[in-house]
Amino acid sequence: MSFVQQPGMSDTASLIYTITIEEPLTTFTCKSDQTLLAAMERAGHRLVHIGCRRGGCGVCKVQIVSGDTHRLAMSRAHVSVEEEKNGFALACCIEPRSDLTLKLLEKG
Amino acid sequence: MAITGVLRSALMQLRVLDMDAAVNHYVNVLGLDEVGKTEDGRVMLKAYDEFEHHTFVLRLAETAGMDFIGFKVDSDAYLDQLAAETQAFGLPCEWLAAETDQPGFGRRLVVQMPTGHRFDFFADVAMAEDRPMLKNPDIWQKEPHGMRAQCFDHALLYGPNSAEAVRYCTEVLKMAVVEELLAPEGDGKVCTWLTSSNRMHDIAILEYDQPGKLHHVGFKLEDWSAIGNAADLITINNVSLDAGPMRHGVTRGLTIYFFDPSGNRNETYAGGYAHFPDMPVRQWDFDQAGKGIFYYTRELNERFLSVVS
Ligand code: FES
Ligand SMILES: [Fe+2]
Repeated sequence: MSFVQQPGMSDTASLIYTITIEEPLTTFTCKSDQTLLAAMERAGHRLVHIGCRRGGCGVCKVQIVSGDTHRLAMSRAHVSVEEEKNGFALACCIEPRSDLTLKLLEKG
Repeated sequence: MAITGVLRSALMQLRVLDMDAAVNHYVNVLGLDEVGKTEDGRVMLKAYDEFEHHTFVLRLAETAGMDFIGFKVDSDAYLDQLAAETQAFGLPCEWLAAETDQPGFGRRLVVQMPTGHRFDFFADVAMAEDRPMLKNPDIWQKEPHGMRAQCFDHALLYGPNSAEAVRYCTEVLKMAVVEELLAPEGDGKVCTWLTSSNRMHDIAILEYDQPGKLHHVGFKLEDWSAIGNAADLITINNVSLDAGPMRHGVTRGLTIYFFDPSGNRNETYAGGYAHFPDMPVRQWDFDQAGKGIFYYTRELNERFLSVVS
């Protein structure tokens, strides 16, 4: 006798994308329902500061060079409208919608 | 009454980036109760063991951080005295009429602190419907939920000119310095913990280059087992953990730091010793700051000094 898993009980399928950091050249994978910072933290990369993980403190700022993303709410104090147009974002508020290429900022 | 003038920190308005996520966090996870909404859509909250109409307000905004912290004082007459003493000290202040933006609150004196924070003072607040019982009181009327936060406790503020702010708190507000973290060189202070009663602290102020920053807002829990329950809820709800469960060397409080969904740091705090006005100040050398903040690991993590909202 065993337990039978009911339909719909398994985790919903998420897509997996490859994220490339240009310098220092690094790649990691990130699921479509995971933020870039969460994926980096899980992979053990310490290239970006880990702060609040929720878009308030601004320490995880990066620039997205190419690819499609879903942006979660993040503080305007750290990413201006102008910067947003140029791909700047808080890594803890970005979910990938395609493979992405990122540029790191000076680790302040 | 032995405690006069400023009684305690008892109100905070916080900016959040996503109201639904914030309400879910503060109500379902932290365990506050929703009192209602203001006409402009802010959400008023309180903890089950507080008498005030509300003590915590969420405002939807484009940035995280705090709008102001409020202190309850013992009488309306004291507000007039405080206004005069604040002007004599040299800080700008102004009046807000009763019921302007905080339903249930009497008039408030608004003081702009040299650290870039706003302090509000009020004497009169409507009594909440859900509050501690007064006659043959049980320990609660409605069963507490979530982390079972009992009350708004304190905040750690980061900003410039902290020495001047501390001087205002001690000379005008008559708060006592409970503990302080000494600067690595000279006779300055990096951080000062202040109380207006014998609660461990109402506020702490840390010297920082950017004005008006919030390091954390602290809520009181009953004891160490409540801290354990809070830690379970942090994992179950995928809350962003900062540090803990642990103990502070400073104040000896039992604690966890974590972040709300907008990146504002919260603390759940229990224990600590009682402060009395005749007690001397306890001091920490800067190279012992790790033990002062994180008593078990004895290491200051990088986030403590650099991550604020
Ligand atoms: S870690 Fe705080 S904004 Fe990303
Ligand atoms: Fe604290």
